[in-house]
Amino acid sequence: MIRFQGTESYVATEELKMAMNAAITLERPLLIKGEPGTGKTMLAEEVAQSLGMPLYQWHIKSTSKAQQGLYEYDAVSRLRDSQLGDERVHDVRHYINKGPLWQAFDSEHRPVLLIDEIDKADIEFPNDLLRELDRMEFYVYELQQVVQARHRPIIIITSNNEKELPDAFLRRCFFHFIRFPDKATMDQIIQVHYPHLKKDLTKEALEVFFDLREIPGLKKKPSTSELLDWLKLLMAEDIPAAALRSADINAAIPPLYGALLKNEQDVHLFERLAFLSRRQGL
Amino acid sequence: MLVDFFFALRQGGLPITLTEHLTLLEALEKRVISGSLDDFYHLARIVLIKDEKHYDKFDRVFGAYFKGVENLADLINQAMEDRQIPPDWLAKRSQLDLTPEEQAMIESLGGWEKLMEAFRERLQNQKERHEGGNKNIGTAGRSAFGAHGYNPEGMRLGQEGTRHRRAAKVWDQREYRNYDDSVELGTRNIKVALKRLRHFAREGSDLELDMDSTIRETGRHGYIDIQMQPVRENKVKVLLFLDVGGSMDDHVRICQELFSAARSELKHLEYYYFHNFIYEWIWKDNFRRRGNRLFLPDVLNKYGPDYKVIFIGDATMSPYEITHEGGGIEHHNAEPGYLWMQRVRQHFGKVIWLNPEPRERWTHSPSIQIVNEVMEGQMYPLTLDGLTRGLRALSGR
Repeated sequence: MIRFQGTESYVATEELKMAMNAAITLERPLLIKGEPGTGKTMLAEEVAQSLGMPLYQWHIKSTSKAQQGLYEYDAVSRLRDSQLGDERVHDVRHYINKGPLWQAFDSEHRPVLLIDEIDKADIEFPNDLLRELDRMEFYVYELQQVVQARHRPIIIITSNNEKELPDAFLRRCFFHFIRFPDKATMDQIIQVHYPHLKKDLTKEALEVFFDLREIPGLKKKPSTSELLDWLKLLMAEDIPAAALRSADINAAIPPLYGALLKNEQDVHLFERLAFLSRRQGL
Repeated sequence: MLVDFFFALRQGGLPITLTEHLTLLEALEKRVISGSLDDFYHLARIVLIKDEKHYDKFDRVFGAYFKGVENLADLINQAMEDRQIPPDWLAKRSQLDLTPEEQAMIESLGGWEKLMEAFRERLQNQKERHEGGNKNIGTAGRSAFGAHGYNPEGMRLGQEGTRHRRAAKVWDQREYRNYDDSVELGTRNIKVALKRLRHFAREGSDLELDMDSTIRETGRHGYIDIQMQPVRENKVKVLLFLDVGGSMDDHVRICQELFSAARSELKHLEYYYFHNFIYEWIWKDNFRRRGNRLFLPDVLNKYGPDYKVIFIGDATMSPYEITHEGGGIEHHNAEPGYLWMQRVRQHFGKVIWLNPEPRERWTHSPSIQIVNEVMEGQMYPLTLDGLTRGLRALSGR
């Protein structure tokens, strides 16, 4: 039986591993939600890599239609070719562009299919994929042919919770919510990404980071990916751990905080808090 | 098997279907999990629960259900016999969960069965809260039962936070409490209803290939003649007037739902606040309503008649606030409120009033009847049905 055990570059919690393995064994799509930057999209890449499977990605935008995932009929090219007297024009097959779903269905080995940020699309989008995800087949009108998956792909769907997903769709999925990692897990994640980082710097940085997340009223709390970026900067600038230690988060602004706070209002709020507590300290 | 669990979850208000339950059984049969109850908890959550806002409810039901069960081992045993899962599955479970010392301790107390029995007995003998001591069930004692205790081989009951990780029952920690956010519950329905308001139009510059006329023109001319057209977009414009404060406090939740749904569904949405009824002053920011108020005629000038207007308010007030000058409770109004409403209706044409008060109560409140008259019947209850009818009235051309 295929089992996902996490990889060297990706720290998966027990729960996440189990969710993934349940989805693999029972051949159900796995819906992943969680704060931005907790590694939802990474999961698919890591699963594909660790199990040695090909990965097909479908990134959803607000204009995405379910049909685009299956195939698109390129009428414009055909029109052009008809003008130029190209022989290809007689076969409609040449103008059918396969979408990621079709490509995954066609794959020679069992593939991993990532449907990224499904909540970005129109509210009815998931409903248009019910049959495709259930039966793993769809009908191509232009070719009058049913396309069936050669191997049921492992499907990973991510959502940022911008829109509520329809019940009928949810019933067909397994669901896992990636919780924000605790300090121990975070330590592990940092070890995986920056094995040469000095121990004390990691410790101080983590303190600052979790303190920062505690500040009430932040519009966007910094998440794992922001922490990793920040550490990279700290390393590049060779900032000593002592510089971080001076902080009590409220009293001093940590160096290079731009990597952690992405929102102007948050930066303002933060600077104001720092100012206030400095004044109290005097 | 596990049928009671299924119904307990449904009774707890979790939207679980039979298909999902069968999937859970299938997962058990395929041995997705290796055996511990923690694993079962996670598996059940993955399969049955599809939204983190239900996690907290699930934790509570799970905790209550597995606490109330006469004998946990029996239940799982039963489940496995029904599915012909060999009993050594359970044997594994105890190996996984308990250290040899712990097992020995349990043996010393007469085994699991005995432990459960003793627990029930003591629970019967004891009716009050108990802290300290070393016999009864309670906290911080040396008894085999209770929380925060020194008896590592005992049973931990309802302890929040973990003293030592192995005994942690995850569902007791209720980490997902914050996600149990019922505000979003009805939003999807409202969004679907709001789709009625869609008014598609092609406006602006030509950005999209017009396939039909390209083919037609190409056929006519004999050479490729690309025809473009503007993108089709939802052009509906909506102006929202919201009643705040006072009697509206009871309806905050539904108004929030409607507002959040409207915000995400409608591109051109403007909103203003009023109190009880509309007079010459309205405001945009609830915190600075004294300082930053806006003169209604200015607002009317700003938005063209193509805007559709929705008032949301319970219309519950003294009738004088509508019919008389100086009747308003916010300030002295020189002209009666109904005059302002008539001006708004004249300017925009399409105006409805959504009322969160239940329809049955409308007849008992004179002010609601007056508002309804001023609105010429364009008042709808703030239910899914009322919303649908109201929006239909708005979208008619």
